Amino acid sequence: MAVARVDRPRPAAAAPGAGGEDGERAGASALARRHRRTRRLTALAFVAPLVVYLAAFYVYPLYRNLDLSLRDYTVRSFVAGDAPFSGWDNFRKVLDDPTFGPAMRHTMIFTLVSIVFQYVIGLALAVFFDRHFRLSTVLRALFLIPWLLPLIVSASTWSWMFNSESGVVNYLLHLLGVAPVGWLTSPNWALTSVIIANIWIGIPFNLVILHSGLQNIPAELYEAASLDGAGTWQQFRRITFPLLRPVSAITLLLGLVYTLKVFDLIWIMTKGGPGDSSSTLATWSYQLGFGTLLPRFGPGAAVGDILILIALVFGLLYIRVQRRQEA
Amino acid sequence: MTANSWTRSRTSRPHASRSQPAGRARSRRHTAIGLVLTALMLFPVYWMINVSLTPQQDMRKTPPDLFPLHPTFAGYQAVLNDQLPYLGTSLLIGLGTVALTLVLAAPAGYALAKLRAPGGGALALALLIAQMIPGIVMAMGFYGVFLNLGFLNSWWGLIVADSTIAVPFGVMIFTAFMSGIPGELISAARIDGAGTWRTFRSVVLPLSRNALVTVSLFSFLWAWSDFVFANTLDGGGELRPITLGIYKYIGNNNQEWNAIMATAVVASIPAAVLLVLAQRYVAAGVTAGAVKD
Repeated sequence: MAVARVDRPRPAAAAPGAGGEDGERAGASALARRHRRTRRLTALAFVAPLVVYLAAFYVYPLYRNLDLSLRDYTVRSFVAGDAPFSGWDNFRKVLDDPTFGPAMRHTMIFTLVSIVFQYVIGLALAVFFDRHFRLSTVLRALFLIPWLLPLIVSASTWSWMFNSESGVVNYLLHLLGVAPVGWLTSPNWALTSVIIANIWIGIPFNLVILHSGLQNIPAELYEAASLDGAGTWQQFRRITFPLLRPVSAITLLLGLVYTLKVFDLIWIMTKGGPGDSSSTLATWSYQLGFGTLLPRFGPGAAVGDILILIALVFGLLYIRVQRRQEA
Repeated sequence: MTANSWTRSRTSRPHASRSQPAGRARSRRHTAIGLVLTALMLFPVYWMINVSLTPQQDMRKTPPDLFPLHPTFAGYQAVLNDQLPYLGTSLLIGLGTVALTLVLAAPAGYALAKLRAPGGGALALALLIAQMIPGIVMAMGFYGVFLNLGFLNSWWGLIVADSTIAVPFGVMIFTAFMSGIPGELISAARIDGAGTWRTFRSVVLPLSRNALVTVSLFSFLWAWSDFVFANTLDGGGELRPITLGIYKYIGNNNQEWNAIMATAVVASIPAAVLLVLAQRYVAAGVTAGAVKD
């Protein structure tokens, strides 16, 4: 599977390179050993920049974030770096905050509704585009556009389309005889609006992965099924869907991990508002840390930690599923 | 690479290529449905372009003009006047991110694929997990680090931060691609007396053109599109990227939507160019690592 193929170097892949050593080993074993040590050092030299980079620009910022969440920071002590250790205080503050419940709920709704629609629509489109008709390749390529656009572009376009007075969405609803909806201004609709925009952005990703999964289903199966008189729907239910299950699992889990951390879109469209009506853990964390004149870095970082924890649970699940498929 | 599976046209399916009239009619119907679906999907993009050409006085008209019947280029004029420095900064940051990503990821990918680097498995796992960490958490961490180092509001700081989106993806792509390079080619270079570095530079890298293109394209696009890091780490800098240019527009004058949408159109150009020139690399990248915030 394409998705699974890339993630780690497989031992088998390293073997051909090592094959060159065999002849030398037959000669002098001491020489071979020195050779091997040099090769080890060379390999280390090739990964060393990356390891240093990861330590400096991944591990250290993450450590700083964890440190933020365990200390009682103010703006002054943030600069000076002498904030007192406060243990779980920030986490307790966050859990007791009236925003926590809604933010958690919105994160779950946003993530689940988004990936369900993205997956269903993406799958339907993948199956549709799998029938090779004229222009199918070109049109499928055009479907990638929403995914490639900078998020600020998509978010501001949807903002204007959702504008209560002059937005085209309300105009289209008006043509259908529906009263105007305060998409981004009403607490009842803000979350729905950002979910709609997010589904739009995520469809291409699902389409591409599921479509590449369809390529691996042997055509003979469909031929045999249609000889047996199975209709299109039967073929989908009995062949396509079951055989696509591994790819579907990967797509959904990855979608879950990536949707959990969506921030730009919501922040640009609603800033989590009005009130807290569309705030998720991601936007709330940012709101606490950078959204006001009086930053609360500690609680903000604590919410970030909670978000990492949730993402990692599904992330590790993803890795497990993927490895099992590869084995 | 999976580029092949994307572009490959398969003819063995019963409904794939039929020459009978019934098959052709069905194909035509499919094309028609496909066109309608694509039009629906791309409506927001069309609307962005339409609004960017709408004169200011027609902006709040009901019903809105569905076509730019009286196009104005005032919005684009505003882009030329206000946004050129932002676009330049984004270009600089994008290219810088590409360079940094390639320098770090290509050798590491080679080491993981062919040199049996010790701890390679753990490193690959770390890279996979690294991609799952939310951008806002990284942004907050970077804010603290950059504040102490005095890196805030600088374009080079933003290059470093943006590269964290692309480096894990890049290593994965290079590892996967270079694993597929036949070991004999590498052994042959070695027999000819080339050291590991020479082999890497003059045999492995030229063979990895596809991976180089894919990684470059995505790291550029992600750096160009980045909003979280820019807003957090470069909010008050002299050189700010285009994403902040648009954001400032929205914040300041939420009336001149033709200027905002014109900027959005211009900011989308790299994505459009990418799609036209390098569609198969794009599809390969999506399937391979499937990463985007």
